[in-house]
Amino acid sequence: MVEPIDTTMRLGRRSFLKGSGVAAAAATVAGTMAEEVAHGADAAPPSSGPGAVEITLSVDGKELKSSIEPRVTLLDALRDYLNVTAAKRVCDRGTCGACTVLIDGKSIYACSMLAIEAQGKKITTARGLMKGDELHPIQQIFWEKDASQCGFCTPGFVTACAAVLAKNPKATFEDMKRAVDGNICRCGTYEQMFQVFEQLTGKGA
Amino acid sequence: MKEIAYAAPRTVADAVAALKQANGNGKAFAGGTDILVQLREGTRNADVLVDLKKIPEMTEIRQLPSGDWQIGAATPCHRIESTVPFAEGYPGIIDGVHIIGGWQIKGRASLGGNLCTSSPAADSIPALIAHHAVVKIVGPDGSREVPVSEFCTGPGKNVLKPAELVASFVIPAMLPNSSGCYLRFIPRSEMDIAVVGCGTTLTVEKDTIKQARIALGAVAPKPVLAEEAAAWLIGKPATIESFEKAGEIARKAATPISDMRGPAEYRTHLVGVLVKRSLMTSLRRLRGERVDVLHDKLV
Repeated sequence: MVEPIDTTMRLGRRSFLKGSGVAAAAATVAGTMAEEVAHGADAAPPSSGPGAVEITLSVDGKELKSSIEPRVTLLDALRDYLNVTAAKRVCDRGTCGACTVLIDGKSIYACSMLAIEAQGKKITTARGLMKGDELHPIQQIFWEKDASQCGFCTPGFVTACAAVLAKNPKATFEDMKRAVDGNICRCGTYEQMFQVFEQLTGKGA
Repeated sequence: MKEIAYAAPRTVADAVAALKQANGNGKAFAGGTDILVQLREGTRNADVLVDLKKIPEMTEIRQLPSGDWQIGAATPCHRIESTVPFAEGYPGIIDGVHIIGGWQIKGRASLGGNLCTSSPAADSIPALIAHHAVVKIVGPDGSREVPVSEFCTGPGKNVLKPAELVASFVIPAMLPNSSGCYLRFIPRSEMDIAVVGCGTTLTVEKDTIKQARIALGAVAPKPVLAEEAAAWLIGKPATIESFEKAGEIARKAATPISDMRGPAEYRTHLVGVLVKRSLMTSLRRLRGERVDVLHDKLV
C-alpha cells in the first residue's frame, strides 16, 4: 500500500519557489534582455542573430514572447527566459530525457533543439498536460504507484509516455518501455514505473 | 556555446548560398542531435547554423516513378520508420533507423546528419551501403551524386567540400526475392553506440544466392564493404553454413581498434557472428517472415 502524498504540501512547495527565488531570477533576466533587443535589431534577413531576436513560443496553450539569442536551446528558453520549469535540465546533451517536451505531440529533447526553431510549433510540458491543478491520468498513476524518488526525471518520463499513448492508445507494455528508451531515472524507480506501464496498458490491477 | 546566427532557407540553393556566405564558418543543421552538443562542448565551431528543415525536398520521403525511393537528408527518423510502404520494403534500413536513439532522438535525427557526422559506428550507414544508396550532394558548383559507400573517408571526415550539403538519398528499388537486415552488437538495446554493426542485403532464387552485399560498421576508420565475403556467396546455397563461412571471410575486411567498447580481437570475432545472423535474417525476411531484430533470438 502506497502512502498518499499530501498534495497541498506539494503545490505549496511549487508556490513557494515561484514566489521567491525564481521571480528574482526572472527579474534579472528581464533586465539583461532589454540590451539584447537593441543588439539584435541590426540583424538582417535571411539570417537571425547572433544577437537576441523576438521569439514567440506556444507553450502549454499560452503564447509567450521574449528576446532570445538564436544559440539558446528550447530548454534554456523555457527555464531561463519564460519561467516554464516543468522540463528539467540534467545532462543538457541529449541523453537523459529529463527535458522531454512534446513538440506537436511528439516527444523531443528540449536541450537538443533551438528555441528559434520551435516557433510556430505547439510545445507541451508536463505542466501543460494538467487541467488546471488536476493531474493528467498518466501523472495521477505515476503518483499512485510512487514511480518517482527525487522526481527530477519524472516530467520527462510523463511526457514521453503521453506521446506514445497519444499516437497509439492501444500501446502495449513493450511499446511503453520503448517510448522511454531515451529517459533515465538515476534513482532506479523502474520497478514502480513498470507498474505504471501495466496500469496504462490495461494490464495492471 | 558561443554566439551563433541562424538561417532558415526555403530552398537548397539558398541553403548553399548561406553556407557559402558563411565562408567555412557555417554548418548545415538538420536534427541537431549531434551538432548542438558538439557546439556546446566546443568540439565543433560555427558562426551560422543553416537550418535545412524548412526546405520541403529535404524533409520528404517519396517513391519515384522508377520504383526507387528518395529520402530528404533532413527527414527525421520517426517519419522514415512510420512511412509504411518504405518500412515494409526496406526492413534492413529500418533496423538501423529504429535504433539510432530513443524516441526523442528519432523525432529529430536524420539520415543526412548521421551520414555527415561520419562516425565509423553510425547506425544507418551500413544498411544504406548494403542497399546501394546514393546521396545527392549540392554545392556552389552544382550537384553531384556519390554512393554512400564512398562518402565517408575517416572518423568524422567525408567527401563534402566547403559549402556543399547532402540534399537527399536515393535508395534503389528492391529486386524480387531480396531483403536486408542491420544488426549491431551493444551491451544494451538503446541509446548506445555500436561495438560492431553489420548491414546486409541478399537475393536468393531457388535456394541459390544470386546477389549479396555486406557492410560493416565500427571495425575500421569508416564503414566498409566486405566484398570478398559477398563475392564468395554468389552461387552458393542459401544455408546457415554458407552464411557462417561468409562471416569468417568478412572478418578479413575488419581492421578495428581497441577501445572502451571492446578489444580489436573481440570486434573481429563479432564480425563473423553478426554477418552470419544478418544474412540469415535477410533470408528469413525475403521468404516472407517478419523478424524484429530487437526481440528475435536470431540464429
